[in-house]
Amino acid sequence: MNFKKQFLDGLLTKNPVLVQMLGMCSALAISTSLFNGLGMGIAVTVITICSNVLISALRKVIPSQVRIAAYITIIAGFVTIIDLLLKAYIPALSESLGVFIPLIVVNCIVLGRAEGFASKHGVLASAVDGLCQGIGYTAALVLICVIRELLGSGTFGGGLLNGGEGIRILPEGIPAMMVVMPVGGFLVMGLVLAASQWFTRRMDKQNKKKEAGK
Amino acid sequence: MQVFSIIIAALLSENYVLVKFLGICPFLGVSKRINAALGMGFAVTFVMTLASLMCWCVYQLLILLNLAYMQTVAFILVIASIVQLVEMFLRKKVPGLYNALGVYLPLITTNCAVLAVVLVNAQKNYSLLLSLINGCASGLGFLLAIVLFASLREQVDRADTPDCFKGAPISLVAAGLLAMAFMGFSGMRF
Repeated sequence: MNFKKQFLDGLLTKNPVLVQMLGMCSALAISTSLFNGLGMGIAVTVITICSNVLISALRKVIPSQVRIAAYITIIAGFVTIIDLLLKAYIPALSESLGVFIPLIVVNCIVLGRAEGFASKHGVLASAVDGLCQGIGYTAALVLICVIRELLGSGTFGGGLLNGGEGIRILPEGIPAMMVVMPVGGFLVMGLVLAASQWFTRRMDKQNKKKEAGK
Repeated sequence: MQVFSIIIAALLSENYVLVKFLGICPFLGVSKRINAALGMGFAVTFVMTLASLMCWCVYQLLILLNLAYMQTVAFILVIASIVQLVEMFLRKKVPGLYNALGVYLPLITTNCAVLAVVLVNAQKNYSLLLSLINGCASGLGFLLAIVLFASLREQVDRADTPDCFKGAPISLVAAGLLAMAFMGFSGMRF
């Protein structure tokens, strides 16, 4: 197993949000402050690792006809655990993410990794895969959160730094409320995707040039 | 009066796709052609209504047994089995509709809008009638959004867009503009 490649795949070349376009609902809906983004990212990462490990351990026991139902039940179990833990220990996060915590059950990233990776690989490799994909998801989420928060409320690290207020970067009056609303979510996501397409195309071209030069 | 405000909220001012960001995956995935979008919209409406009914019963049972914290697990299993049953029923009895919906039926299980509707029903403690109305109206809201978006996309595809915007990015920008139009409904309350 090539762990370095797995990590790069999760973070850049096969980033779940920016390249595979999975888990878009949560990525768009809760990406309004750094606190939300980090919290959601870590929750999804933990759930992906746990469900990947369990599914990989049970991959020879689960009959293939009912595997999707079995996967969903396993994932739902872990999501419920995380949901209850967050409610008990970090109620502020649980409140601000609201219905999107239970909705991790149907987040395509978790099910996608279960079906696409954990059902075919060993326990350790699946755990690493869950971690890498989770980090990729968190990174994309944090990127979008930072952009939306900066343009929408003019702050950085809202909910986390400076007693929950965030550090003000743009003065009042400049930021457009619209960016933290659904409209801004779609627009910012569109622009970030365009940037990432532009970036990957340029990388491809450079790689081709290098190969041609050889 | 509550009935009316639930319907307006689910259809327009709190539209599941464009205002609450739920069900984005099928919204982006199955909106290249209007016909496919119509099929998906109707299938989702049907499953949402049925799921609201079934999950309401299951939720009452869970409350009775003092197991309300298991709602997420219970609801997703109910939705998955409803989708499976609907698929089997349609294949036997209404093959025409089954062929038209095709691959979209199994996809509905992972449509987060369906799970969200039943979770909201449980959270707000709606009665059976209100749950049904909320489920049906939310489904119709999804139908409205996906059909509008599909017709937009058919036009956008013909336009000459910059290279890096081709495909998903320009669709998201179009969705953003559609969401802006729906923002206009946000003040509507009864």
